[in-house]
Amino acid sequence: MNTTLELNINNGIANIKEPLNLVSGKTLDSYQLKYETYGSLNKKRDNAVLICHALSGNHHVAGIYKGETKPGWWDNMIGPNKPIDTNNLFVVCLNNLGGCHGSTGPVSTNPSTNKPYGAEFPIVTVNDWVASQKQLMEYLNIPYWQFVVGGSLGGMQSFQWSLQYPSLIKNSIIIAAATKLTAQNIAFNEVARQAIMKDPNWHNGNYLEKGVNPDQGLALARMLGHITYLSDDSMKEKFGRDLQESKLKFNFDVEFQIESYLRYQGEKFVTGFDANTYLLMTKCLDYFDPIKDLGETLNNRLKDSKCRFLVLSFTSDWRFPPNRSREIVKILLNNNKNVSYAKIKSNGGHDAFLMENKDYFDTMRCFIKGSRHDKS
Amino acid sequence: MIRVRGDLALISSWIKPNSKVLDLGCGDGDLLKLLKKEKNIQGYGVDSDIIKIKFSLDNNINVLQLDLDNDLSQFDTNSFDYVVLAQSLQEIKRPKNLIKEMLRIGDEIIVSFPNMGHWTSRIQLLFKGMMPITKNLPFKWDETPNIHLCTIKDFIEFCNKNNFKIIEQLITDENQKCGILTKIFPNFFGQVANYRIK
Repeated sequence: MNTTLELNINNGIANIKEPLNLVSGKTLDSYQLKYETYGSLNKKRDNAVLICHALSGNHHVAGIYKGETKPGWWDNMIGPNKPIDTNNLFVVCLNNLGGCHGSTGPVSTNPSTNKPYGAEFPIVTVNDWVASQKQLMEYLNIPYWQFVVGGSLGGMQSFQWSLQYPSLIKNSIIIAAATKLTAQNIAFNEVARQAIMKDPNWHNGNYLEKGVNPDQGLALARMLGHITYLSDDSMKEKFGRDLQESKLKFNFDVEFQIESYLRYQGEKFVTGFDANTYLLMTKCLDYFDPIKDLGETLNNRLKDSKCRFLVLSFTSDWRFPPNRSREIVKILLNNNKNVSYAKIKSNGGHDAFLMENKDYFDTMRCFIKGSRHDKS
Repeated sequence: MIRVRGDLALISSWIKPNSKVLDLGCGDGDLLKLLKKEKNIQGYGVDSDIIKIKFSLDNNINVLQLDLDNDLSQFDTNSFDYVVLAQSLQEIKRPKNLIKEMLRIGDEIIVSFPNMGHWTSRIQLLFKGMMPITKNLPFKWDETPNIHLCTIKDFIEFCNKNNFKIIEQLITDENQKCGILTKIFPNFFGQVANYRIK
């Protein structure tokens, strides 16, 4: 067995020619999905893992590119001897449709106009993402996923997989997620969208044609989002009321360290992210409500599913707090599904799902190891 | 609390095959593992301790990290055939509420607890004048998680007072056996008391 500590990254672009009929009623005739893989698919082809990214994620989930220093966004979780162990699992992560990191999205060229899609790019839903991920699965010659794993919006995709293609998923890991957004969640998203759409460079979403970017608005949206991803305690611990300089200046410059941190996060974000994609991702979150969408057919979808579920929440997460995760657990319990749930102690807020934490990582390892009892 | 095999076998003998079982305070998931193998049950464990959650997951047992005193609203009324509370009663803040919740969730409930009336406990209190420390209750008074210890007599009175209908009682000695002494003097020779309640 290969037990090297080096992680080999393979990446590629899947050109999907099969039209995708979107929930909105529109159709994408063809599209491309940018993806990365780690580890290798075994002979039985039963060790494939799909990682679903959250709001601002992309396909580069683990490993470090040659000549760079920054690892993928979930590198602590995925790799040789890590909880999602690439020594025996074949891990796939893609940039979701509508993204801005290589998959077809608002920054791609619209074949019918030869201009960037911009605001013309159709709104996609979690349902559409899962349908496109199934196309990628077939493209990679994978018969089914042993695990589908995600945090936040990624966790919603993992849950949706179990409902949309119950026979193609053996284990679903749903971290820091919910079955739907609350009014408060949608409210935060709306403020983020307004920040972007009120930017003078917005141009109704067709800013790329004008050669500008609504950077101010996007940075504001990110700053707001960032506050909701942290907890009061973690901010207190990290910044407190520490000042940039030794005393108050009695003006509106950056004075407290938290102000400087947020501005930095906003400015850094706009260099690598597209505003239309940000709007799309927030809509995707707002629309997600599979329990309502499926209605009475939900129980049928779950009836024949042999999927095992692990639902995880974090004590300090106030964006998707533990009781929201327990709503997922309740649905699965009511349908007699194999479900486990843990509430991990952490002061990291919603972003805790991206942070290293012994209980969290041990729980992941134990669940993943436990799944092998079923294979015989 | 360490659960011994005899305790599990006894509870297992009360459970019908292919039923749905909720095990409160499931520890490492060993009871559910046994029931899954021998009775083909659909089981879920509940424990508040993350360490126990990890062990249960390792045993491929469905397990939910919930607080027994506060979180049982997670389960629908009449959603289980059996709800088991094996040797954890003494750690519960509000035993009466918990038994009521168990009866709401399950068709039948199984409760077991270490008997504080066992002669070894009585002798320690009588002659040493100190809180008893026994094989089943190995903690010093200031370190014990056990806040609601009771004797068999206490428990029967508690059930009668609250209209919890005992349908079967099995008292075992230190060898996990029901002998003549545990039958005649259960509250003196019984180490663990097991009850089926409706």
